Amino acid sequence: MKFVDFVSSTAIRPNLAAGGKEDVIREMTLALVESGDIQESEAESTIKAITKREELGSTGIGRGVAVPHTKHPSVGRLVGTVGVSVEGVDFKSLDGEKVNLFFLLISPPDRPGDHLRALENISRQLRDDTFCKFLKQSKTAEDIWQLLEEADNNQFVS
Amino acid sequence: MLSVKLLKKGNGMPNTENSKASRCVEIKNPQGLHLRPGEVFTRKASEFASTVSIISGDRCVDGKSLLDIATLGATQGTKLEIEAHGPDAEVAVKVLADILETKSVDELTKDHN
Repeated sequence: MKFVDFVSSTAIRPNLAAGGKEDVIREMTLALVESGDIQESEAESTIKAITKREELGSTGIGRGVAVPHTKHPSVGRLVGTVGVSVEGVDFKSLDGEKVNLFFLLISPPDRPGDHLRALENISRQLRDDTFCKFLKQSKTAEDIWQLLEEADNNQFVS
Repeated sequence: MLSVKLLKKGNGMPNTENSKASRCVEIKNPQGLHLRPGEVFTRKASEFASTVSIISGDRCVDGKSLLDIATLGATQGTKLEIEAHGPDAEVAVKVLADILETKSVDELTKDHN
């Protein structure tokens, strides 16, 4: 599954204002409301579900990357967005490092395969130092979108 | 320190430093090998002195890295091979195979946290 298949281009946030874990989840979820991918009436329950998932174990998977996510009946297909924090956020990652790159995913409850395929794509690309570096340096949503398209075209993973 | 001494040659103990073990497993969790079981796996794998790899087809990833495990995208029914090299390879493979073959992540967190 490619980035363009699930990342909502208008929900990308190149410079997250939030400095805390819950605030990042809120900011990125509301970005998906603004982009029209999630209904406003579902925002609070979605934020709550993602936060609850984090309580079971951080989705900070190391190397400055986190993939906060949940299953939620309000979406008909997997939707996601990308956020970059220049300062970094304490996300209680496995390696104890602050997180700069966030991929937030919301998937329908009955599609575990789609979630795994998105996770597979994200993690494969993020193992590439050049991709991570460019993503952290991106100043605009357009820059990030272009980078995701380049990644989809296998310009980073050999 | 004690284990290092025991592993040195010439003291009558078997040299297990370079022992290797492997086992094929099938993912039983209906949700696949997602981040929560992946996290349980990496935490447990990191407790062993041995190196731990997971092999999927022609790909081989570090079993102590959650980012690496996430790249497998292993859904239910996927067949993987766990391979360990080191002094505790046998027990590592046995314990880690059990984690991958457990159906429910709640069962895992109950057992391993």
